[in-house]
Amino acid sequence: MTDRERDLGQAPEVEAAQWGGVWEVERYELWEAAGDAVFSGWSRREFLQAAGGVVVCLLVRPAVAQPPPRGRFFSGSAPRQIGAWLHLDEKGNVTAYSGKVEVGQNVRTMLVQAVAEELRVPVERITMVLGDTQQCPFDAGTFGSRSAPSMVPQMRRAAAALREVLLDLAAERWQVSRDALAAEQGEILHKGDGRRIPYQELAGGQRIMRIIPDDVPLQPPDRWQVQGTAVKKVNALQIVTGKHRYTSDVQLPGMLYGKVLRPPALRARLRSVEIRHAESREGVVVVRDGDFVGVAAPTAWDAEQALAAIEADWEVAPEPDDHNLYEDLKRSAVSGDARFSGRAGFGRSGAAGDVERSLREADIVLEQAYRVAYIAHAPLEPRAAVAQWEDGRLTVWTGTQRPFGVRDELARQFGLSPDQVRVIVPDTGSGYGGKHTGEAAIEAARLARAAGRPVKLVWTREEEFQWAYFRPAGLIEIRSGVRRDGRLIAWECHNYNSGQSALATPYDVPNRRVEFHRSDAPLRQGSYRALAATANTFARETHMDELAVKLQLDPVEFRLKNLTDPRLTAVLKAAVEAFGWGKPAQNGRGFGVACGTEKGSYVATCAEVEVDPEEKRVRVVRAVTAFECGAILNPDQLRNQVEGALVMGLGGALWEEIRFQQGKITNARFSAYRVPRFRDIPSIEVVLLDRKDLPSAGAGETPIIAIAPAVGNAIYAACGIRLRSMPLLGDEWKAATSG
Amino acid sequence: MRRQLELVVNGEARRLELEDQRSLLSVLRDDLGLYGAKYGCGEGHCGACTVLVDGVPRRSCTTQVGTVAGKEITTVEGLEHDGKLHPVQQAFLEEEAFQCGYCTCGMIMGACGLLRRNPRPTAAQIRTFLDGHLCRCGTYQRIVAAVQRASRLLQGAQP
Repeated sequence: MTDRERDLGQAPEVEAAQWGGVWEVERYELWEAAGDAVFSGWSRREFLQAAGGVVVCLLVRPAVAQPPPRGRFFSGSAPRQIGAWLHLDEKGNVTAYSGKVEVGQNVRTMLVQAVAEELRVPVERITMVLGDTQQCPFDAGTFGSRSAPSMVPQMRRAAAALREVLLDLAAERWQVSRDALAAEQGEILHKGDGRRIPYQELAGGQRIMRIIPDDVPLQPPDRWQVQGTAVKKVNALQIVTGKHRYTSDVQLPGMLYGKVLRPPALRARLRSVEIRHAESREGVVVVRDGDFVGVAAPTAWDAEQALAAIEADWEVAPEPDDHNLYEDLKRSAVSGDARFSGRAGFGRSGAAGDVERSLREADIVLEQAYRVAYIAHAPLEPRAAVAQWEDGRLTVWTGTQRPFGVRDELARQFGLSPDQVRVIVPDTGSGYGGKHTGEAAIEAARLARAAGRPVKLVWTREEEFQWAYFRPAGLIEIRSGVRRDGRLIAWECHNYNSGQSALATPYDVPNRRVEFHRSDAPLRQGSYRALAATANTFARETHMDELAVKLQLDPVEFRLKNLTDPRLTAVLKAAVEAFGWGKPAQNGRGFGVACGTEKGSYVATCAEVEVDPEEKRVRVVRAVTAFECGAILNPDQLRNQVEGALVMGLGGALWEEIRFQQGKITNARFSAYRVPRFRDIPSIEVVLLDRKDLPSAGAGETPIIAIAPAVGNAIYAACGIRLRSMPLLGDEWKAATSG
Repeated sequence: MRRQLELVVNGEARRLELEDQRSLLSVLRDDLGLYGAKYGCGEGHCGACTVLVDGVPRRSCTTQVGTVAGKEITTVEGLEHDGKLHPVQQAFLEEEAFQCGYCTCGMIMGACGLLRRNPRPTAAQIRTFLDGHLCRCGTYQRIVAAVQRASRLLQGAQP
């Protein structure tokens, strides 16, 4: 047993097995429970031996790595973990490794800042290696807004531990007290006589392995020099010059281009297929393996021609249709499934008091249903993969948010052990929760194995719309009771199918019950930025607006009457103030407000819309969002995230809706599926509240949740039409404005 | 039909033998190794594949390569001069007008086309001109700011 293996403790495979079954892809609710577990993958002995300079491999004790995961899917203690590690080379350059991936949320820059802050090395000398299963410590995936609260602290602790090691080495070399020394700009400085020594000279090629002590000193937020500042995106130059290589830009010698035969509808099965014409084409390899039929050819053009030459006969199965979607979701629901009751929200019980009695005692009772459509992530870079087999080992470049999950999918598919598979995730053309799976990776690997050469496969836009997964549609029913003075006394909320994120109300209601019901979903569904928090916040905040109207109270005043959460109150007040709430709207315009909290961050949005019901036209004129996620790690990139989430949220709020008939997505193109464009963008103001006294929460998701209800409420204020469906300008709007 | 074509890409003449119905996008990427133009939709509705053809922005995904033989094609790789970024690239960098960056090269080429035609566009003109470009990350406000900044940089560069 080597020293390193001793440090690692029990065999990683055993640890992995204990966590088996958690990473089930389709189970939306499991994703919510999964959180962000980190445990050691396998031995990286080769890597450690190959690397010169000082390697610092840091074991993070579970107690400090993260709070214990929630929910029933985790039991027992978390295994010992390697959360992060660092390498310092002979020139003083630092490489840090994390299993997170970059999908535009700027985690790469955020982690560089974390290392720079604690190691006291200039940002330019730090390189992050992300999402490479052979080089990076295991990570469950980049989702759930976990990078800021979980990976950043681990990276900081790792960097701080390396800094402490270097201070020790300098004290030893100079035979002085550590107290006389300081670390800055990649050097150890003797504060008394001004002597300096670069880190790399101290390290001198040693290999060092440390367990991060629980008390490793971290820079307090009020003394941050790099964190909390607007460091620019570290690889931005590559982006503006076109030099960054996304998965679809990866090119290997001898590489072929793949195409896959798709069924005409979701559940169609292959009855028979004629591949002779395709096979006879020069350089073309055709693979038939069960229902899978694909081709690989020397150019993408050849691959398309070969695919077109295949004749397939499909067996038609009963196919889903969106005709009675919401009725079907409710009818097929597993009612009262206790597993999903009362767990929603964060530290807020789903059930309390006596809802039935308080509804009888209420002055006003309101019962309404809200609908949220299926929508697509539509990342601009569709699914893509490049697969290469060498001596029975498989390497796949692919844009996924779960490199280790996809590695395991590939290992299962091809009967390999995980360490025979390497997944590399180039910084990816976005994901928004839509790239948790490895379809393209598996397809490319199947083709590459048959062809005996590397294969690149890039999904078309239509394939991405038809064969990826969707944000679940949902039906949300709310029953509430208020007293005439504006106090909420009863709240009952049922979510069918869409999910339980932010299902619990953040308002103070003594009598409440919330429940999530699973349904037979007609489409493949999965994670989407903020999960169901968007749907549940839309339903709740629309309902709150309806109550305010019934009570003849100002919607902000009504909310504040029922709100004690100081952080949510603070963002609501900040948004309202920046917006200038209370001033009368111009003719034909209206103001709307909404707020909510999810994943430890807080958002409030005010919107101004202009409505012309005669012309059936709605324009969002202005939006103000206030956001708070604890101590801000990078204000400029945070602003970018908040603004971007708001814009993306406008799509789901107003237009986005996946339509399907007979198992076919009928609007599977950008010319048919309406997403936000330049002309749709209102004037946007973002107000950031910086809470240096609070730990940093993630910010990539929550800012999306408040825009839809704010816009819907503003439409009501402008023209008196109450819309209870997302997208707001879907069938309900058309019905309300026709005739 | 397979035939010999001459393409002038970033000032350099290239002779290729290929199917003339192929998309300009696939030829740039797969045959010439220029990956700045991206595939996003294949129907000219997202702008990620935008390049300049004789100075005018074109969707390379819906442009058959045979139709641009002999014309001047400019991709993002051809914008830098003497190791210096083009003012539009510089402006995108300074405004940090991207998140994932997948739409950026197409946006930059679209903006170059706009500024050639209209060196001082208003924000409204920028939005209208670039409306065919998608940024799914939603950085539109920053892109408008970047184009305005590029306009100022270009005025300074060419007094």
